[in-house]
Amino acid sequence: MSSRTREQLEEALFPPLVALLVALICGDLLIMSYGQSPATVYRLLLEGTWGNAYGFGQVLYKATTLTFTGLAVSLGIRAGLFNVGAESQLAAGGFLAGVVGLGLSPAVPGLIAVPLCLIAAALGGGAVGALPGWLKVRFGAHEVIVTIMLNFIVLALLNWIVAAHLHVPETLHTPEIRTGSVPRLESVISAFHGSAANFTILIALTTAAFVWFYLFRSRRGFELRAVGLQPDAAEYGGVSVGGVWFRAMTVSGMIAGLGGVNYVLGYKHYYEEGFAGGSGFLGIAVALVGRNHPVGVVLAALFFATLSQGGLAIHAFVPKQMVEVLQGVVILAVAMSVPEVRAVLRRARKPVAA
Amino acid sequence: MTGSPMATDKYAILMKGIDKSFGPVRANRGASLEVREGEIHALVGENGAGKSTLMKILGGLQPPDSGTMEVNGKDVTGWNTRDAIDAGIGVVHQHFMLVPTLTVAENVVLGMEPTRSGRFDYNKAVEEVTKLSRDTGLAVSPDTKVADLSVGEAQRVEILKTLFRGARILVLDEPTAVLSPPEVRELWVVLRGLRDAGGTIVLITHRLDEVIDISDTITVMRAGQTVDRLATAGTSPAEIAKAMVGRDVALTTREEAGILTTPAHGGLNGEPPSEQHESLLSVTDLTVLGSRKTREVDCVSFSIRPGEILGIAGVEGNGQTELIEALAGLRPILSGNIRINGKDVTFNDVRERRDAGLSHIPEDRHRRGLILDYSIADNLVLGLQTEFAKNGFLDSDRISANAQTQIKAFDIRPPSAETAARNLSGGNQQKVVIAREMGREFTVLLASQPTRGVDVGAIEFIHSQLREARAAGKAILLVSAELNEVLALSDRVAVMYRGKFAAVVPASEASEESLGEYMIGTRKESAA
Amino acid sequence: MNPISFLTQTLRIAIPYLFAASGGVIAERSGIISLELEGLMLTGAFSATLGTHYSGSPWIGVLAGIGGGLIFGLIHAVATIRYRADQVVVGIAINLLAIGVTRFFLKLAFASSSNSPRVAGFGGNAAAHGFDNPLVWMGLLAAPVLAFFLYRTPFGLRVRAVGEHPDAAASVGVSVEKVRYIAVAVSGMLAALGGVFLALDQHQFTDQMTSGRGFIAIAAVIFGRWDPMKAALACLFFAAAETLQIQLQGNQLIPSQFIEMIPYALTIIALAGVVGRAIPPAALGKTGE
Repeated sequence: MSSRTREQLEEALFPPLVALLVALICGDLLIMSYGQSPATVYRLLLEGTWGNAYGFGQVLYKATTLTFTGLAVSLGIRAGLFNVGAESQLAAGGFLAGVVGLGLSPAVPGLIAVPLCLIAAALGGGAVGALPGWLKVRFGAHEVIVTIMLNFIVLALLNWIVAAHLHVPETLHTPEIRTGSVPRLESVISAFHGSAANFTILIALTTAAFVWFYLFRSRRGFELRAVGLQPDAAEYGGVSVGGVWFRAMTVSGMIAGLGGVNYVLGYKHYYEEGFAGGSGFLGIAVALVGRNHPVGVVLAALFFATLSQGGLAIHAFVPKQMVEVLQGVVILAVAMSVPEVRAVLRRARKPVAA
Repeated sequence: MTGSPMATDKYAILMKGIDKSFGPVRANRGASLEVREGEIHALVGENGAGKSTLMKILGGLQPPDSGTMEVNGKDVTGWNTRDAIDAGIGVVHQHFMLVPTLTVAENVVLGMEPTRSGRFDYNKAVEEVTKLSRDTGLAVSPDTKVADLSVGEAQRVEILKTLFRGARILVLDEPTAVLSPPEVRELWVVLRGLRDAGGTIVLITHRLDEVIDISDTITVMRAGQTVDRLATAGTSPAEIAKAMVGRDVALTTREEAGILTTPAHGGLNGEPPSEQHESLLSVTDLTVLGSRKTREVDCVSFSIRPGEILGIAGVEGNGQTELIEALAGLRPILSGNIRINGKDVTFNDVRERRDAGLSHIPEDRHRRGLILDYSIADNLVLGLQTEFAKNGFLDSDRISANAQTQIKAFDIRPPSAETAARNLSGGNQQKVVIAREMGREFTVLLASQPTRGVDVGAIEFIHSQLREARAAGKAILLVSAELNEVLALSDRVAVMYRGKFAAVVPASEASEESLGEYMIGTRKESAA
Repeated sequence: MNPISFLTQTLRIAIPYLFAASGGVIAERSGIISLELEGLMLTGAFSATLGTHYSGSPWIGVLAGIGGGLIFGLIHAVATIRYRADQVVVGIAINLLAIGVTRFFLKLAFASSSNSPRVAGFGGNAAAHGFDNPLVWMGLLAAPVLAFFLYRTPFGLRVRAVGEHPDAAASVGVSVEKVRYIAVAVSGMLAALGGVFLALDQHQFTDQMTSGRGFIAIAAVIFGRWDPMKAALACLFFAAAETLQIQLQGNQLIPSQFIEMIPYALTIIALAGVVGRAIPPAALGKTGE
């Protein structure tokens, strides 16, 4: 391993480890405040997630959505942009995929219907991502605020469309989608019976691989990372900074949009108001803990999915809300330790002699 | 060359053995400074000699790694800004420390606001600033927002700020870099007045005419060390220059550079050196607007022939940066025409100009020239990424082969392609930039401050590279703040003053003295 | 539509915005992005409920609410100022943390995952139209008092300087960190009061009861160009639009979702500069390396 790779790995790995430690301590305190034994609760948490097939299936299901939103956020950060809009991009992607699924005749075979729905999902999320990208390039409007505001606008708009035109009476969701549904994992591995895990997970892993190739092996990725690190140097290197920003926001939105397929076509087979349920915001945590690297993002998605599913497993002993506290603690601890760890490591390393 | 009637034998500032490093850069190594009460003391040295760092330590903005300092006889090593202000030290920074959205009066009193029953008394602030302005002759309008001031006015506000805080020791970092000659003369009057009232002044500069003009005593710094202390009355510009550049590096003479003996390239009379060649770079009536909608480059025309170096001298901030950026395609132009190798590139972007044969060593390698977190190998293809890609994917074999070749050819150390540019010394960082820009096929080179902040060995290497490129028939536009560098390397020298070429003369006929007058605008001549 | 009921309802909706937007203005003017207003409000609401429930006095509740906001504000300050953590990330983390903490302790204290028992509050005299609630008056005074502090006191001048050009402030001996700590702490207490009003007005805490009000406050800060009084006007305007939507309920002319979008859409328009660009404090968000 070259020294540079090792340095990068150290800078990437230490903050999440610090955060894990802090989270464990906080978790202990919360568990004890409830008069329970931390060891028991943590054991239950692991057993309920990685200890049985159903729990593990649920972890995989939740990790799938988080992989998409985490990749979306991390791609933006690599370009120097903060996409806080993954929540509404996810919803828009799921919505458009659902609409296409609803519109297609049941006679259309899955091999054609599923790709069509995926394209629709990417287009839906991509459109919601492209708008703040364009506003930033054209008017200099800060993408953080625009994407936050757009979350509310897009979600309200989708709610209105569903409420006014598409919903099944007395519910907040659309009719069942029969075309373009993605099969559950249980159809191949029966042990996953009852869990929501479905083949969207393969699309998530493919997307992660795509993002890795794009970032580290393609010319566009070389340019994107250059813009994220030093926009002035990228401009000097003949890169159109605005072009990269617009493209990055659009692709980021497309990836988040694809995530909508997991719920709409893989799990419930309908679009429902509020289905994103914070997965977009948690994508920020996933990107942060995963250090904006596709492999890290997949692992961090598994981590946060485990926490979230684990909350259900321990609920009989400690309220599941404990894991929500821990999520916040992990994000805070990583955010606080990243600059600190880098400063400490860089101080420790001797400058290379001329 | 006034004496210092007010200077006493007491030391106002006594700094000894000051060390200060920033990462791999050793800005000060054992630097010292002795300033007597009541004198104007010039602190001179080339860019990167460590003057500003020493003054930041004095002003309490940064603690020294080691060494001691005394102010008015008291040990104050490692104090903070507040202590320094309370002890009567006022620093006027090169980059103004003014809040643009606040008024002049608000900026002056910030941190020491006059109050009336707990409230900020703005009227009192205006009153006090007006009085101070009258007493010192520093004319300002207290109610104006700083964003609306000219640079000269902003600098007066900076000085008022320090005086308002009772500064008795005033440190000015390159105060004239941004001033017009009348403004400089005004500043001298103010500084002499302050000295005659018993104040002590430390003036950082690298312009020798100013040093002779205003100072009583001189401290010379080079490469982070204090190398000489001179009385202005008993010295000459030549002696100061010698100390600044250093005795251990022989000044490159024109003969050694082979510039006087190049018959192959023809005349040296300010004429293009070779009649039979078309110009490789020709610029016609180029006008470029700056951020404040001012004409930073004002209707400039010139051309450079194969095998010619056109050097641009001038005080920084006279449009050199904007000229280079406009030529490189990094800054939009208002009007004019740019041709590279006969091809009109006026409306082409950065990449198209590169493809037309343009190479560019940017003035700030940390901002533009390098991606500090990228490896040497990746930095060696920055701007060439399209050439090193196949079907949209980077060709890693060719990238690493290229890195091996360039590292060897340009002697980049350490010779490992995967080292991040951040971890290289300044000289080796610059070698990476130079390897990338000159280790490829090119016809025109924009070299902006090519030796800024690099060590002596790297300077000589970079100079020899530029000469080789010249011998190979390239056209080179050289911009440097170091007048002797421009003189040593160029065939022709243009002096830029306020966005125009104040003069274009053959280097053989140019001297520091003659160019100096153009640089400060006291002599004007229609541009060639 | 009854104009009196329109005005009083607008006011009642506006009070939480007025508190939170004032908190946002002071933090952002010092250079710290305050995406965490939502979390601060939620914490304030929950702490006030706890304090009132155990003491029986809404005044103790107010103090507890302020204390809760102060703690979360200080977490934000330490993370962004001392540890130079990314301000956007910390803001979002604090919002998530506030949801988690309030839910966890709701369960722990009241064994419920939806709401607290009924607690005491202020006022309640219908004839007073809410003006017998001291928090209403405090909310109305928040912006003018903040404007006075920002523009008429030495500390306010320092806050403005630090948010625009921290190096300049530091060069004259102003402690940038100290000013920011104070600004963010005050921001935490002010925003929390917005939540305190909500909880005491409804006489209970319900899960996620702030439901996005913190983000409307951010919208008001931006739409109000980071000026306390203009931000307050934006709060009143957004509240009036909401009141209109509520009072027109049943009238299907404009779907409620479109009224909901108004503050957010206006903010985007303001940022894009269609009607005079909204320019943030120059040093906003720049505490990292």
